[in-house]
Amino acid sequence: MTTTTKPSAPVAAGHARRLGGGALALRQGRLEITQFLRSRESVVFTMGFPVIMILIFAAIFNDEIAPGVSYTQYFITGMIATGLMTVSFQNLGIWIPIERDRGVLKRYRGTPMPKWVWFAGKVLMVVAIGVAETALLLAVSVALFDLDLPGTAGRWLTFGWVSVLGVTACTLCGIAISSLARTARSGSAVVTPVALVLQFISGVFFVFTSLPSWMQQVAALFPLKWMCQGLRAVFLPESFGAREPGGSFELGRVALVLALWCVIGLVLCMTTFRWTTKRDG
Amino acid sequence: MDDQLAISVRGLRKAYGDNVAVAGVDLDVHRGEVFALLGPNGAGKTTTVEILEGYRQRDAGEVRVLGSDPADPDAHHRSRVGIVLQGTGEFDELTVAEVVRHFSGFYADADDPDKVIERVGLAGKATARTHTLSGGQKRRLDVALGIIGRPELLFLDEPTTGFDPEARREFWELIRDLAAAGTTIVLTTHYLDEAEALADRVGVIAAGRLVEVAPPDRLGNRQEALATVSWRTPDGTPETAQSATPTALVAELAARFGGEVPGLTVTRPTLEDVYLEMIGH
Repeated sequence: MTTTTKPSAPVAAGHARRLGGGALALRQGRLEITQFLRSRESVVFTMGFPVIMILIFAAIFNDEIAPGVSYTQYFITGMIATGLMTVSFQNLGIWIPIERDRGVLKRYRGTPMPKWVWFAGKVLMVVAIGVAETALLLAVSVALFDLDLPGTAGRWLTFGWVSVLGVTACTLCGIAISSLARTARSGSAVVTPVALVLQFISGVFFVFTSLPSWMQQVAALFPLKWMCQGLRAVFLPESFGAREPGGSFELGRVALVLALWCVIGLVLCMTTFRWTTKRDG
Repeated sequence: MDDQLAISVRGLRKAYGDNVAVAGVDLDVHRGEVFALLGPNGAGKTTTVEILEGYRQRDAGEVRVLGSDPADPDAHHRSRVGIVLQGTGEFDELTVAEVVRHFSGFYADADDPDKVIERVGLAGKATARTHTLSGGQKRRLDVALGIIGRPELLFLDEPTTGFDPEARREFWELIRDLAAAGTTIVLTTHYLDEAEALADRVGVIAAGRLVEVAPPDRLGNRQEALATVSWRTPDGTPETAQSATPTALVAELAARFGGEVPGLTVTRPTLEDVYLEMIGH
């Protein structure tokens, strides 16, 4: 350690201004993305899992479930929704407890960084990874499984709002559920079963209308079912809407339920979020 | 409120359920002072310090840190206080330079990141991922993050635990250097030699109470305590005497032996002796 340098008295630079909130949020987002990309497990797990699932399921099942609609197309829309849930809900629900346990969050709280900047960093990370993930899935599906990209501006618009609302709801719920985990390791034990059960009952692996009706009703309480349904409206033929449980894609209800989950998630975040572990008092 | 005080505490109390961690602590720390809080595990050191840092809420008492109540610190307050926590907040996937640079962005008047990295002795490790650092090097990174905002007041919670002797000496130099530049420093430690080497005053805390506050050489009236004079009689049996006037006793012994006194030592109670007595051993 050098002993020669004094903590230079504030240089005549006048009053250095702290970076503005927007700039701080962007830096935080960049840092989060860097951390994500450098941790190989999260890249492989988050980005690779949906692609691998598509490759496996498409190889096993290739029958038509409706005129002009193959099981693969149905499954791909479900996997896009699952991918959005993975980058937001699972990613945050697993990583935040680890960071909390390591004391990263506590350290941030000891700096003048505004609290919201940390959340903004997480959101920017989720958005960036979510866009990359979705683009990857679309590229694979269009190249290998004859998925048609949305043909109209209206469908792209639906794709946009369903994704944004779905990711927002899942991000907030992921942050909220992170406070349930008592230790770094229990994060994935809390989140993974929830995510997996939702995938089974929400019409990702199985055609939703072929599930028992009680299961459909349980699934309808959670966001994933509505994200899948919204994305089917984007990628499947208009005529398939008649085969949905409500007789149409019910986009109004999709928007309503997802928006409701955004509110529930936000309230849970505001009331339960902890910067320190429980044993920290 | 006295402007010369960096910290003022009156009647501080904190309990976790039935377990009273801090049972009425009064404490003043002057600006520019190096104050060491010494005590066994579970004595209430960390609880006290974390209340001062703003991480824990107190049950009762008056607390002022740099003139404001730390229970609800604003960004300005946080920018004046540097915190080095006991547990390290790890950023495994980032390099030393990336982490320090990132944290410098939170402060309006941050020090130069490269200079700070050099000061804490990590210049050779600036581009190393933090998970490759040794325990002592990680601790130095913690210190770098604690001082990057040029704090007026620096908290160090057991900063040298796990350091080898050389690293501790280097660390002490850094602390002296910061103190010389006017930074007020509050450190907790298990190590008596550390408190003796660094602190202007030492507070001994035991069972949630401050037992005594004094400069290290006066703790427990060390200076006025009887000296212990030991020597060997001509037939080799060790002899010991307590004396308020050891010089006279030594002169008398010298006369009796007609020169060298075999095995002569003159000691006063060490800091460790008075400390162990205070904490009830």
